[in-house]
Amino acid sequence: MDFLRPATLDEALAVKAERPGAVPLAGGTDVMVELNFDHRRPEALLDLTGIGALAEWSITDGQVVLGAGVPYTRIIAELGDTLPGLAMAARTVGSPQIRNRGTVGGNLGAASPAGDTHPVLLAAGARIEVASVRGTRLVPAEEFYTGVKRNALDPDELITAVRLPAARGLEQFAKVGTRNAMVIAVCAFALVLHPERAGVGAAIGSAAPTPRRASEAERFLAAELPWDTPGALPDSLKRRFGELVAGATEPIDDVRGSAAYRRHALAVLARRTLTWAWNDHQERGKSCA
Amino acid sequence: MRLNVTVNGESKQADDVWAGESLLYVLRERLGLPGSKNACEQGECGSCTVYLDDVPVCSCLVAAGQTEGRRVRTVEGLADGDRLDPVQQSFVDNGAVQCGFCTPGLVVAAHDLLGRVPDPSDEEIREALAGNLCRCTGYEKILDAVRSAALATEGS
Repeated sequence: MDFLRPATLDEALAVKAERPGAVPLAGGTDVMVELNFDHRRPEALLDLTGIGALAEWSITDGQVVLGAGVPYTRIIAELGDTLPGLAMAARTVGSPQIRNRGTVGGNLGAASPAGDTHPVLLAAGARIEVASVRGTRLVPAEEFYTGVKRNALDPDELITAVRLPAARGLEQFAKVGTRNAMVIAVCAFALVLHPERAGVGAAIGSAAPTPRRASEAERFLAAELPWDTPGALPDSLKRRFGELVAGATEPIDDVRGSAAYRRHALAVLARRTLTWAWNDHQERGKSCA
Repeated sequence: MRLNVTVNGESKQADDVWAGESLLYVLRERLGLPGSKNACEQGECGSCTVYLDDVPVCSCLVAAGQTEGRRVRTVEGLADGDRLDPVQQSFVDNGAVQCGFCTPGLVVAAHDLLGRVPDPSDEEIREALAGNLCRCTGYEKILDAVRSAALATEGS
């Protein structure tokens, strides 16, 4: 096995083109576990931590370009106001030590159905920037996850950044696990409301072969929410939203929870996050009035 | 490959490092620093916690090659000669050590917390130590130790 340390992205892409079997390595929180347990012996490791550009973020025209190698701790500290949903999800990842190393790029590379950031990326309409020596392309999050731990990357491509709108909407994220730290999600849910255009993004994690949007639930909520009317939401609307979210799942029974529990819990998380986001919407309305 | 890394302020070199080798393995098996403990090897337990360029990480999840030219500080690098760091002293004074296997990781995690937050709330202590498991379940004494280390550091 070789250990490859490109100093620039161009160099990394050239190596990846020449040696598609080289496994990209950033925070190591997934890849190193596989190496430590003899589950994987790639021909080479491609260490991306020497490429400074991957660990930067910027905002252009209301779009955040988040480098694939920015660790969760920095997303929480530096982007909590700009990307509140992603920061919420980042706070639920592992432990302080894991958040100091783990990255959204790594979450996307692993493409686990239980990855914490996926529901937020889907609900927020993120696009994944992937690059190769052939060029750069943007993959919408909903086209990125292609199967259990599979993604839309070609063998010569690397994930370089995630592009997502700096939040003007109301973002919420919730996750079920057996404790607050060091938990792989039993199920997770992200919700984004855009009152200015009556838009809704809703997505589930850990309850289908891939993270996925709950499209029918999104359409229902966009049409039925009383966007301009102050006051609490009717229970019937919240319940129906929860049912539609549960209906979008395709869960399995496994060591972390049963399919029935996941369906039930996601309906609860959907109602809960909707209530939180709607309350924030009401507060904003008051402070603007 | 040959690895050059600064550990506890000293330039170190290790030869014949395997590409998939962890920083933890290099520390324990090549550099004679067994303070960082090898337990879960998957980032769950925190007993291998060290500083990498001032940031606490699980050394079992850092590839050795990623530390080329960087600074590592282990639990062995906290004391000032024979004088224990206040966090270490507080673990001793408060009976926060049972079997001792989790102690080095907890000491580094607590040291990092008090460096950032000199007077942490109980919630902040629990959050900061959430990545460190004590299988003896001696958490109350550990929390006592961090609280009194905060007081000791504040008084110094």
